[in-house]
Amino acid sequence: MTSSFIHPSLFLIAGALLLPFIRGPLRKPYLFLAPMLALGAVVLNAAHSGVFGVVNFLDWQLVLGRVDKLSTVFALIMGLMAVIGTLYGLHIDRAGEHMAAWFYAAGSLGAIYSGDYLSLFLFWEMMAFGSVFLIWFRRGPQSLRVGYRYLLIHTIGGIILLAGILLRYQAVGNITFDLMDVAHPELYTWLIMIGFGLNAAMVPLHSWLPEAYSEASFNGAVFLCAFTTKTAVYTLARACAGMDVLVVLGVIMALYGVIYAVMENDVRKLLAWSIVSQVGYMVAGIGIGTDMAINGAVAHAVVHILYKSLLFMGTGSVLYMTGKTKFTELGGLYAKMPATFFFTMIGCLSISAAPCFAAYASKSMIITAGFEQHLNWASWLLMFGATGTFMYNGLKLPYFLFFGKNNCSPETWTKAGDPSWNMLIAMTLGATLCILVGTAPGFLYAMLPYAVDYTPHTTYHLMETLQLLGFAALAFVLLKKYVEPVDRICLDLDWLYRKAGCGFLWLIKHPLQWCDTAWGEAYRVVGLSSLMTLSRFWSWFDWHAIDGVVDGIARSVRGLGDKVRVLQSGQIQITLYYAFSLTAVLLVAFIFFQLL
Amino acid sequence: MTALIEYVQTHPRTVGTLCCVLLAGIAGGSLLVDTHHAHTWAEQHVPAFWSLFGFAAAAVIIGAARWFGRSGIQAPTDFYERSNATPCEEEA
Repeated sequence: MTSSFIHPSLFLIAGALLLPFIRGPLRKPYLFLAPMLALGAVVLNAAHSGVFGVVNFLDWQLVLGRVDKLSTVFALIMGLMAVIGTLYGLHIDRAGEHMAAWFYAAGSLGAIYSGDYLSLFLFWEMMAFGSVFLIWFRRGPQSLRVGYRYLLIHTIGGIILLAGILLRYQAVGNITFDLMDVAHPELYTWLIMIGFGLNAAMVPLHSWLPEAYSEASFNGAVFLCAFTTKTAVYTLARACAGMDVLVVLGVIMALYGVIYAVMENDVRKLLAWSIVSQVGYMVAGIGIGTDMAINGAVAHAVVHILYKSLLFMGTGSVLYMTGKTKFTELGGLYAKMPATFFFTMIGCLSISAAPCFAAYASKSMIITAGFEQHLNWASWLLMFGATGTFMYNGLKLPYFLFFGKNNCSPETWTKAGDPSWNMLIAMTLGATLCILVGTAPGFLYAMLPYAVDYTPHTTYHLMETLQLLGFAALAFVLLKKYVEPVDRICLDLDWLYRKAGCGFLWLIKHPLQWCDTAWGEAYRVVGLSSLMTLSRFWSWFDWHAIDGVVDGIARSVRGLGDKVRVLQSGQIQITLYYAFSLTAVLLVAFIFFQLL
Repeated sequence: MTALIEYVQTHPRTVGTLCCVLLAGIAGGSLLVDTHHAHTWAEQHVPAFWSLFGFAAAAVIIGAARWFGRSGIQAPTDFYERSNATPCEEEA
């Protein structure tokens, strides 16, 4: 039974390790082949159900292949994303970037198929260490710093998760990765949830995301937008479904992301804020915890990967061709980049949940589930956030990027144009899937963990959506001047840890350095001085006492030698005289003592 | 497609009128839709509820973002470079 399961991560890891040795005309087919094999493995695995790849390690049983509907749907979309992402960056010569992306995707697939916390943790960390290179490969002035901050935050998240796993092992006695008792959360429940939540960019642990994703390479961002947060959504759905606090956190994420996206000037940072907001819907759905809510969260994760990667591919094309990402340095690009504009618009309509576009089939499931659970406040706020999503992603982004005032410099304008064929094909694939899911969501619903009793294509839902979008657009037209991008950055909660870092540096450089200097001075004055006095005494003692004895003996021997030396005249008769005289004296003395 | 966009850009009045007619049609059409399965009282009883909600929500979000940005959240692009440089310079 185990042999029927093929772990897709193997293809990606082996593919990444062999990639540097594949050069020349074989490189591109090979780049396409490795993720395709991984996707093929996922498709084959989807036919099975159960536990595979069981490995006994020390006292634990590691499960590398838990296949059920939840893991299968996530693995399918991740496998597909590995293909689309690689296709998008097919022309990149740097093998390292592809290797990082494949290790990252392998980590995600490994985490999804893990049935125990230990292998989950290992794949979890593989994701963190693989993905950071996608930021560093941008090679911008900030890339190194941003990458280290990203790694630092994810390392902290990993430590929190590991602490939760260890505490849980101590309490429960096993490492099975399954639904926790969220109704009676223990410390380990919170720690594990926070560990997962950090990767899901839960407010206030989210600041790494907008910073890192906007700083990643044009191709790296396409991978980043798909894997980390959605793998975290999977783990939350697996372990924390029905945890009430997630509803609150999800709603906060949904709204927080909207406000920042409306203020943002950097196109890709706007999309990154949009991820925070959209993942908020999924987190809220997981918190609601009903079958429909979990289905909605999973469906939204799947479509989110499709439209968000499409949007990052569109804006990545703008970055790749012009080198710019700020609205204040772009604008009016529709004429120069018509295909990019077209695909980006499909992504914009998809995220806005416009009728027949991707999110139309998923977002309303979560909101409806909230209403059905009488969590009206949450559903209203999510609807409020959905209006905001349309405004910044469906209106602001395309308007100020492709229309609006042309802020391009002559150089930027000259460079602008549709990107290479592989990038266009990747965008075509993404756009097609967005429309397909939006118009005929049946095949997506069939893959969801629970049976679906929901259809988005009702007259009421259609009219509700048209009204929301239409009148939000009217508000945008009337109030457009208030959302016009300005060349400023938006301070976020990262301000706190950046300031905390500066504070720590200040602490080291000032009070601690002062203490160190004072201690050194005190040692010099008190410690060193007494040590020198003591040393001088011992020196004196050594010279006068120890050496005195030794030298005294030497001097005595030398004096005696001087005295005795006169006896050595060199004449044999005198020597014989002294020898016989001494012998006679000794003999007389001996006899004398014998007689006594 | 580019030609169509250029046509739309050169005829703003026509496009504006068409959009207003479309919005009126959507709001009017919503009155004809069965709201029996709506989840809340407001959806069932307030005419063109989602039109009002959409407009109000968008206006509130724009206002909130502007207020938030103006209250000090939006900072110069070199904000961190300047603030991070200070301790190092002091030390130098």
